[in-house]
Amino acid sequence: MFLYFLRRLAATIPVMLIVAVLVFLMLRLTPGDPAAIIAGDNANAEQVALIRTRLGLDQPIIVQFFIWMGNLLRGDFGESFFFKKTVAELILGRLEPTIALALCTILIAVTVAVPLGVLAAYKQGTWIDRLVMGFSVMGFSVPVFVIGYALIYLFAIKLNWVPVQGYQPLSQGFGGFLQRLILPSVTLSVIYIALIARMTRASVIEVLGEDYIRTARAKGQVESKILFRHALKNAAVPIVTVIGLGVALLIGGVVVTESVFTIPGLGRLTVDAVLARDYPTIQAVILLFSLVYVLINLAVDLVYTLFDPRIRY
Amino acid sequence: MSAEPVILAPAEAIAAPPRFGAWRKLLRHPGVLIGGGLILFMTLMGILAPVLGTINPAEINPTFRNRVPGMERTIRADDGSTRPYKHLMGTDSLGRDVYSRVVYGARVSILVGVTVATISVAIGLLIGLVAGYVRWLDGIIMRFMDGLMAIPAILLAIALVSLFRAGLFSVIVAIVVPEIPRVVRLVRSIVLSVREEPYVEAAIMAGTPTPALLVRHVLPNTVAPLIVQGTFICASAILVEAILSFLGVGIPPETPTWGNIMAEGRSLFRVYPHNILFPGVFLALTVLAVNMLGDGLRDTLDPKMAKR
Repeated sequence: MFLYFLRRLAATIPVMLIVAVLVFLMLRLTPGDPAAIIAGDNANAEQVALIRTRLGLDQPIIVQFFIWMGNLLRGDFGESFFFKKTVAELILGRLEPTIALALCTILIAVTVAVPLGVLAAYKQGTWIDRLVMGFSVMGFSVPVFVIGYALIYLFAIKLNWVPVQGYQPLSQGFGGFLQRLILPSVTLSVIYIALIARMTRASVIEVLGEDYIRTARAKGQVESKILFRHALKNAAVPIVTVIGLGVALLIGGVVVTESVFTIPGLGRLTVDAVLARDYPTIQAVILLFSLVYVLINLAVDLVYTLFDPRIRY
Repeated sequence: MSAEPVILAPAEAIAAPPRFGAWRKLLRHPGVLIGGGLILFMTLMGILAPVLGTINPAEINPTFRNRVPGMERTIRADDGSTRPYKHLMGTDSLGRDVYSRVVYGARVSILVGVTVATISVAIGLLIGLVAGYVRWLDGIIMRFMDGLMAIPAILLAIALVSLFRAGLFSVIVAIVVPEIPRVVRLVRSIVLSVREEPYVEAAIMAGTPTPALLVRHVLPNTVAPLIVQGTFICASAILVEAILSFLGVGIPPETPTWGNIMAEGRSLFRVYPHNILFPGVFLALTVLAVNMLGDGLRDTLDPKMAKR
């Protein structure tokens, strides 16, 4: 198991290396001299040259790549062109809202989607099933910002239950934190619920046809136990897989949701950085999000053993 | 050489009948009918936009800003004649007619959806065939694709648009690139399974040159899955284009796109929700229609995928 873990961890290195190369080349493709941008408008040629030497921009491109990689591994993401801070500081300051939003979304999505999918599978072919599947197709189709504005309109403007927009750090009280977090999380969870419910349904339907389900029924096991203990546990592997793959959707959704709800997180930072053509920040955010995505899917692979003891590493 | 038709005949005989059955089933599938009908409606709406009672969607009118849906006013034409005009969906904060912008907005969405689907399927097919068939290139291509796929699609698209000048072309490129690896994976997996089939081995034995082999025996197997995949790519492309425009990094705000209209309506959303509502409904309906069509196509054309 431990050896397998190490092997899998090692296998993510080439993927991340390719991501790093792509991201690095992206910056090199951009017009404009980074040294001149950092130096600002009032700098003379000597100062620009100095910065160029300091950043290693006068070296051959391969050498530059290794300098850049070396810096990355030491946690040095460079300096933001636009925010006049180091990118690492910038990211650290934006981390909390995004993590809170993502965790809350996953929590809502899993608690809603899994029972919904099991129910649809159990009632396969009935109107309940069609309703759940219909919701699922809708969830894939209605853009996250339309859902966001619809919910703001209903719950914040018409009913006045929650604040319209904004974010309050956890350190300033849990009530206000949750109050502002709930609407964006529900918004973001819709597409995730659609994805997970669909996979849960398909996976449970397949398991419900197995012999051991018939055996459980024959010995008089209660239906709810059959569904949630026997069926769901055996159907778990594809469900967990899709939760992991769905993180890509989640990350895309975070960018949009944070813009709709004016949450000062990493997603908002990404959009601001793109609008300001702040390449070091764009690079760092992409690398970070991709790393998270790859690591979560690594974790998902390792979780398989918990659900299916037949999988041994 | 004489062995070739003898071996190939049964394989083709088995493959042929379900295809005709599928076409008939396709036209009876409710998802295909409703989805296809809605897409046709949106496409016609985009094409016929000038004759659908619209006015110039870019025309700014400072006197009639932020009007609610249903407001009527008199329009003066260039020749001095006047006629009444009703702002069915109101006006935005620059006084532009939201109805006209929404109708014209269908053009960009449909165009981006279809173009992105076509280009990414074409490129993905080409790379996938090479990866699946040229053994030594397989590893290199697939590691590269894994790297691309590790970057969440919308994030990659947002980053890519920042490299070029904003516009239709750069938006299309930015949406195509993240979609390619998914097509490549699909095509490669089909190629890998097809190349073990007896009729392909027979064709190799018969000395069929590789390009002919790929075109005649491998390519037909990719058609149905690629039509399905292409439809889903189209849906996701329409969504991503709207997201990019909405975030202000996509197509320039002068062009009426559903995302742009909503981006415009953001600041005054609390007072005038119609700027978000109308384009939002049209966008959601279009994506829904394409997804329904995709589901229907998958059920009928690709029974193996339908189980998932």
